[in-house]
Amino acid sequence: MMPDLGKYADTVLSSYAVSLLLIGGLIWWSLRAARKARADLDDVEGRRK
Amino acid sequence: MKALLLRDLKLAFRAGGGFGLGIAFFLIVVILVPFSVGPESGLLTKIAPGVLWLGALLACLLSLDRILALDWEDGTLDLVATSPLPLEGVVSVKALAHWITTGVPLVVAAPVFGVLLNLPPQGFVWLVASLALGTPALSVIGTFGAALTVGIKRGGLLLSLLILPLYVPTLIFGAELARRGAEGQDVTTPLLMLAGITFGVIALLPFASALVLRMNLR
Amino acid sequence: MGSIWEYANPVKFSQTVSRFLLPVATIAAIATVVGLIWGFFFTPDDYRQGATVKIIYLHVPAALMAINIWFMMLVTSLIWLVRRHHVSALAAKAAAPVGVVMTLIALWTGAVWGQPMWGTWWAWDPRLTSFLILFLFYLGYIALWEAIDNPDTAADLTAVLCIVGSVFAMLSRYAVNFWNQGLHQGASIMRAGAVTGGDTEEKVSNVFFYPLMMCIIGFVLFFVALVLLRTRTEIHKRRTRALLARERLA
Repeated sequence: MMPDLGKYADTVLSSYAVSLLLIGGLIWWSLRAARKARADLDDVEGRRK
Repeated sequence: MKALLLRDLKLAFRAGGGFGLGIAFFLIVVILVPFSVGPESGLLTKIAPGVLWLGALLACLLSLDRILALDWEDGTLDLVATSPLPLEGVVSVKALAHWITTGVPLVVAAPVFGVLLNLPPQGFVWLVASLALGTPALSVIGTFGAALTVGIKRGGLLLSLLILPLYVPTLIFGAELARRGAEGQDVTTPLLMLAGITFGVIALLPFASALVLRMNLR
Repeated sequence: MGSIWEYANPVKFSQTVSRFLLPVATIAAIATVVGLIWGFFFTPDDYRQGATVKIIYLHVPAALMAINIWFMMLVTSLIWLVRRHHVSALAAKAAAPVGVVMTLIALWTGAVWGQPMWGTWWAWDPRLTSFLILFLFYLGYIALWEAIDNPDTAADLTAVLCIVGSVFAMLSRYAVNFWNQGLHQGASIMRAGAVTGGDTEEKVSNVFFYPLMMCIIGFVLFFVALVLLRTRTEIHKRRTRALLARERLA
């Protein structure tokens, strides 16, 4: 299944790895911030009632 | 407006550091470069225009946060903003004062430092010309950066980060002009581009600077 | 439907985000995954570049997004300055980190690709240099947002920085082009660089083109989904802050 990358295996795989890692990190960070902001807002709004 | 300019100049000269700092920094850069790259005169000749431009730019960068920060802290800026003077004029005067206190000494000192770096004889004219033409742009762009960060405490690093990419075109064309001059090549394109940048930013950027200053003073 | 300005209302915007976020994110994920797998496993190696051609499925979309995100920030900054819609300013703020990541990916994949192709990790090629400058612009923009306490002042100042920065970015692009040609003959690098840049369509045959299109669509939608999410986060934060301030007054 794995295509033969020849002598460029390191090159190709490392660029895929780093890119996916960066994108994954960005998504994770955004989701976490979103959840936290939501929780904080719910917290404050809950107190008002 | 004239009074403002004179006041700024007086303050810069009297406070001591403000005036000498840029030129001292320029000297440090120029003296240290041969120690770091080696004393070979051919190499120094080759990199002299670039090093001199870089030194001038860094010396300029160093003094930027003084343009507005002091006036901001002691409230002068609020007073000036409520006076009938247009703020665009005020920032232009500020930039002019910065240029006179930092840019002009750099231009004057550059030939001396050029000797230290083994600049070829035909390069001196173009070195001085490129610096004289380019440093006003550095001052005006720097004033914009200073106006952006004036409300931030210890904004010096941020100011450098913001200004760095804005200085790139000026540096490229200025250093290119000095280099071509030193090597006796055709200087028309970088000369025109550098002049275009300088006059362009002098004409337009004060409006942006005044705009952000107003936002900061609100 | 009404006019687009209705979505400038934060509440309305949040509701819309809640409705569209999941579908957009799903399509983005599908398109990206399909495009990358298609490109990675089912395209032949280029006769000249070998397997390294597979990097373009990441490099080209990331580079395109890096530029277009800045452009989007320019537009939203202008909307904020002219019409004072908070959502617009927050969208620009939300987009900037995505832009940074895209620029980083473009730089990283470019460097990794350049190593075997050009024999060097980094060349002061006009394109690479322009991206480095763009990266600095993004960093400065984000740093300015972080440094200012008053949210409206921060929005104003960053908007002006974005506009002035755009002008200088264009100027730098031209200057850098001129500078490198002025220093040495960049022809061989320029030809190699053509594969990675705007004239991809001419250089890349259909075998590579369709998965590449898929990846670009995926990246665009991915960006849209992230900006929607992050803008909503900013709205929530802003509202929390306002409520807390009111509590303290009461």
